[in-house]
Amino acid sequence: MDSEKIRPPDMPGADRICAEEAKMTKTEYYDDRVVRQFLAATIAWALIGMTIGVYVAAELRWPALNFEIPWLTFSRLRPDHTFAIIFGFCGSALMGTCYYVIQRTGHTRLAWSGMAGFTFWGWQLACVLGLITIPLGITQSKEYAEPEWFIDVIITVVWVAFGAVYFGTVARRRIRHIYVAVWYYGAFIIAVGLLHVFNNLAVPVSLTKSYQIYSGVADAMVQWWYGHNAVAFIFTAGFLAMMYYFVPRQAQQPLWSYRFSIVNFWALISVYMWAGSHHLMYTALPDWTQSVGMAFSMVLLMPSWGSAANGLLTFNGSWHRLKSDPVMKFMVISLVFYAISTTEGSTMAIKTVNSLSHYTDWTVAHVHAGTLGWVAMITIGSLYAMAPRILGRAQMHSHGAMELHFWLHFAGAVLYVVSMWASGVTAGLMWRATEPDGTLTYAFIDSLIAIKPLYIVRWLGGMLILTGMCVMAWNMWHTAAEVRRRSVQPIPVPEPEGHHAPAPQPAAS
Amino acid sequence: MAYRHFEAIEKRTWLLGILTFIMVSLGGLAEVAPLFFQALAVKPADNIKPYDPVHLAGRDIYVREGCYLCHSQMIRSLRFETQRYGHYSTAEESVYDRPFQWGSKRTGPDIARVGGKYSDAWQRQHLLDPRSVAPDSNMPAYPWLAKAGVDGKDIAARMRVLRRLGHPYSDADIDGAEKALEGVSELDALVTYLQGLGVVNGPQPAPGEAAKAQ
Repeated sequence: MDSEKIRPPDMPGADRICAEEAKMTKTEYYDDRVVRQFLAATIAWALIGMTIGVYVAAELRWPALNFEIPWLTFSRLRPDHTFAIIFGFCGSALMGTCYYVIQRTGHTRLAWSGMAGFTFWGWQLACVLGLITIPLGITQSKEYAEPEWFIDVIITVVWVAFGAVYFGTVARRRIRHIYVAVWYYGAFIIAVGLLHVFNNLAVPVSLTKSYQIYSGVADAMVQWWYGHNAVAFIFTAGFLAMMYYFVPRQAQQPLWSYRFSIVNFWALISVYMWAGSHHLMYTALPDWTQSVGMAFSMVLLMPSWGSAANGLLTFNGSWHRLKSDPVMKFMVISLVFYAISTTEGSTMAIKTVNSLSHYTDWTVAHVHAGTLGWVAMITIGSLYAMAPRILGRAQMHSHGAMELHFWLHFAGAVLYVVSMWASGVTAGLMWRATEPDGTLTYAFIDSLIAIKPLYIVRWLGGMLILTGMCVMAWNMWHTAAEVRRRSVQPIPVPEPEGHHAPAPQPAAS
Repeated sequence: MAYRHFEAIEKRTWLLGILTFIMVSLGGLAEVAPLFFQALAVKPADNIKPYDPVHLAGRDIYVREGCYLCHSQMIRSLRFETQRYGHYSTAEESVYDRPFQWGSKRTGPDIARVGGKYSDAWQRQHLLDPRSVAPDSNMPAYPWLAKAGVDGKDIAARMRVLRRLGHPYSDADIDGAEKALEGVSELDALVTYLQGLGVVNGPQPAPGEAAKAQ
């Protein structure tokens, strides 16, 4: 009953303190090579995905930018943007931090180094193949599941290997308690595997074309069960795992409430899966399914707010550091965006609101509040916290560059989200406006003309964010100097004796 | 719940994994499985036919180009929607749609019932150079469609796969694909598909057929 708070095992400096004594006995070392590879890949995919994003944003305002070249056209590149971000950037960030966190919280190295290396190269292969084939028109045209069947097969194989390394490593841990961050990584692996396989069941015609085994309404329901829960288990569970490890570490104190995090875990993973049908309100989907989706979306508010509050309250006692610590800024603002976008998501799942917001840029605003605000910022914060440790440095190369990055990213995200909110509400209101005699007030094109200026604001916001990522890449490159000199010392795993497992501590009164 | 019961989960990887798997499976089982059985049970109405070779070729070009990213094919059951676009979309209309193309964003208007609203010539011109007929449009131009032909053999192979998935094509339908697609450009096929939207598989049978359906 008393284990209200559990300390993440590696408080700063812990492994350096025990490094010397560890050298005297035969010892094992953390497997950080694959983590470093994923770190580099994360930065690279962020630059690729966001560059494409900025380009397609420009195309919406200046459509001649496709230069009449098929693979440069908006409709071919927009799925490439989401694919590069979701699979390339998010996938690499989550797999890399997962390998880092399960080693530290379990006091063990990875179960199979070779297989972990395979997951890195296999994942990069799948992402590069997707990046190339989607603009060539080799696509299933199912949102967020565009790659054709042969890439889906590669993704499945890599994912099974990833799951094997994860469960193998957790099984050989030396800390009996499995820390909550590791639970979230586990749910992320199990659920994404399940979603990916069932949504992509298809019969191939040739290497480059296949047909889904589902059609029409069933396909729509499976697709949004997938689409919504890819958001749930990549953008939410995955990044909450990151949050639950790196936020207490940055705050240098335990989670505000460990038990609360457990309650939120079960609530979140079970409720999320029911809410997918809120993407299909007022469509030909059976009405009962729409209503169930709406009801569960309301319930979802609770674990969402619970997780956000737990993260934010963990900073209690260290708020004075917010002014000087850019990493903490990233984490705090990411949690604020998480709270905002989950509230917004549940609101948009109410049928009345959805009738206005659906099909408009409000959806785009909501997604980017989640991805630019929550996902990207918690990732950037966590990577800045993790990178020096695996790159053999005491801290990041430039503190000022991190500050600059924060303000660029924050300003960019606000410009992006606010402009798309304005655009979405404008279009939604114009589509439904009627004259006193009951006829429609506006032609469709009027709504597009009204929102065109906002497309420039959105593009500017994207440019700021991309600039910020370039600053991060520069900073990482210089922080990684030791790695390029091949002089990084491996970090030993703490010995069980003399370094007791972090026993559950009495609740602070 | 006593905390020590919970500790059993916290200390056992396999138990944690199995419980997680069960919890994440429930929602999908409850919502997707009934629809799947429903979809198997529903027989499409008489006027709903699988796409003929030219429409199928056109539809696959629509899917390849990613048109659904800006155009929905799902008119919601809301008054301002049906006023603008016509009768709301029904489940029957998309029984032969693999994948479904309902879309999630309208940068352009819904086109579930665009068939017959414009002439073939307008559609061709609009695809080749959208701003020549709609000056304020931000749609990209798709000039390459006019230059590429459709491979009849490939479409026949696609129809065979669709037949395995349950589309009622006869041998004659499939054998006729090559002939039907002779000299057809991608642009021709796409325009044919667009002109059939809301017409070929519309919810209300044409006047002549209404009597037949009775």
